[in-house]
Amino acid sequence: MELRKISEIAWEIPKDGDMKVPGLVYASRKLLTGVENDKTLTQARNVACLPGIRRMSYVMPDAHQGYGFPIGGVAAFDLEEGIISPGGVGYDINCGVRLLRSDFTEKDLEDRRRALLAGIFEEVPAGVGKGGVTKLSRNVLRDILSRGAEWAVENGYGESGDLERTEERGRMGEADPAAVSDRAMERGVPQLGTLGAGNHFLEIQQVDKIYDRPVAAAFGLDAEGQVTVMIHCGSRGLGHQVASDYINLMENAFGTAGLPDRELVNAPFRSGLARRYYGAMCAAVNYAFANRQMIAHRVRDVFAKVMGAAGGMGQVYDVCHNVAKVETHELGGLRKDLCVHRKGATRSFGPGRPEVPAVYRSVGQPVLIPGSMGTASYVLAGTREAEGLSFGSTAHGAGRLMSRHEALRRFRGEQIRDDLARRGVELRAGSWKGVAEEASGAYKDVDEVVRVSHEAGLGRLVARLVPLAVMKG
Amino acid sequence: MAGHAGRSRFFLATGGGGVLGHGGDHMTRYEILPHTGDAEFRAYGRTLEEAFGNAALALASLMWDWAKVKPRIVRQVRTEGRDREQLLVNFLGEILFLLDTQSFLVGGVDGLRIAPGEAGWQLDGRFLGDRLSGGYEIHGGVKAVTYNDMRIEEGDGVALQVVVDV
Repeated sequence: MELRKISEIAWEIPKDGDMKVPGLVYASRKLLTGVENDKTLTQARNVACLPGIRRMSYVMPDAHQGYGFPIGGVAAFDLEEGIISPGGVGYDINCGVRLLRSDFTEKDLEDRRRALLAGIFEEVPAGVGKGGVTKLSRNVLRDILSRGAEWAVENGYGESGDLERTEERGRMGEADPAAVSDRAMERGVPQLGTLGAGNHFLEIQQVDKIYDRPVAAAFGLDAEGQVTVMIHCGSRGLGHQVASDYINLMENAFGTAGLPDRELVNAPFRSGLARRYYGAMCAAVNYAFANRQMIAHRVRDVFAKVMGAAGGMGQVYDVCHNVAKVETHELGGLRKDLCVHRKGATRSFGPGRPEVPAVYRSVGQPVLIPGSMGTASYVLAGTREAEGLSFGSTAHGAGRLMSRHEALRRFRGEQIRDDLARRGVELRAGSWKGVAEEASGAYKDVDEVVRVSHEAGLGRLVARLVPLAVMKG
Repeated sequence: MAGHAGRSRFFLATGGGGVLGHGGDHMTRYEILPHTGDAEFRAYGRTLEEAFGNAALALASLMWDWAKVKPRIVRQVRTEGRDREQLLVNFLGEILFLLDTQSFLVGGVDGLRIAPGEAGWQLDGRFLGDRLSGGYEIHGGVKAVTYNDMRIEEGDGVALQVVVDV
């Protein structure tokens, strides 16, 4: 596909054929090599053909091939003429990241790292087919789907300050539990409070480098060596089932004729089916917020027990990586409500936006970008200019470069464990094969991803975090 | 498509990987293909039913070694779809559903029947397998079965191509 160079880090997919808007890829030459070799650009082009799309079909710096929409795709649709698409959100609805700060330093942890990791491994169920530690009734689950992290805090999992520091305050008000199928509910009952497998992880980290001290301080990140905890997981089987259910319902209602990829199936935003999907998606978003809230609570408990002190483990923020939301953006000089799909992308709102919590409104929201296993993760700050550049969005991670199959051929889990151990990083995992699949060598260079985000103005660098101990599902 | 209503039996309690011997002629059950972000496989069969059964084993192989799973428990599977693609997505989705809700691991497929039905296509059959607590290693997770790049090819036999979200 022909790309038109706008700058060293921005490339246009020119409008042609059925495209209603052009595409725009944020990538350095190095990152571009990855996306040119798979179907990322074709998928971004397909998205540009969907009804009611506005301005551009955006591709974030960490993008890779997905299904329907690319992973790292951002697209906004007019509410009257446009659509909503489950494939533009992804199967793992509100897959996201939560970051806790602490008053502990890396030195405080020293020989207790292993005990902390063992404690967390014990308290936070992970891996495939592992149920949660909480028995739920359907009625309680419905309450959780309506109220998300708010339910969790009210039931003793965490502090009210956590809600303020969570995207949407941990609850999307449009959630409609009645739109969630029995099958999805059945999958959700045993999994609340569990991490899951695949690329999901929990890391004890330390602040390695601070790029912007005033903003870092506003986020509660004070100095190099400070201990943080990052939790990366989503809505588990419940969210996957919601996505699968509504893809089928939309296929049955609207057909798939004319779609270059069935995963692009969608419903007009003003249709009843779109409303039900949005309600079910918001319910899954809330499930994921509650999930991370409960996991964070257990992590704090383990730290308090092992360290003998609570250690000021306040929340920095919790962000969604897979979601669709109605947001107000400027379009042709007018403020307009649009349905913004972020699939493998992080909202990156700058100072002043009402959605940014009051405590961060002067500096912009924290943007949390996890690296691949054992590499650095980053904290960025949202920018005002990102609204014009990407509907206020940036990258969400390192982005895969190599298939899991290929990673299995090239890497061995035990070897990765030993390499990490030599660098002083502890690793606990449910499966060594699973570790090999997530080897950092199978991912793009996260340093390059955040550099492009920073230079393009999508999200400004605030701090780099490196792992001390890693738990994988 | 009379062949689709026929029964096929191809459960194996033991045996390795994706290759199966059929009375001397060796047939590949499935192949895992390279895919950057997700996982992709092709499953083969002499009939649609056999290909569906092998697709089930291919999906299982992304999460556990199905050949090691003892056939201790039988789970009936009945699902439908507006077309064969949707039938395949729904059928494979049953494996993920049984894993999440019953910690059930598929080790084999038995007695699959696929026929035109009320909704378009209907599938009946049985999964044979065991509970996760039986001491099996799970090496990966699959979130969902997608329609992305899905192909159902028919010639001398049937080939199915599926991308799953992992």
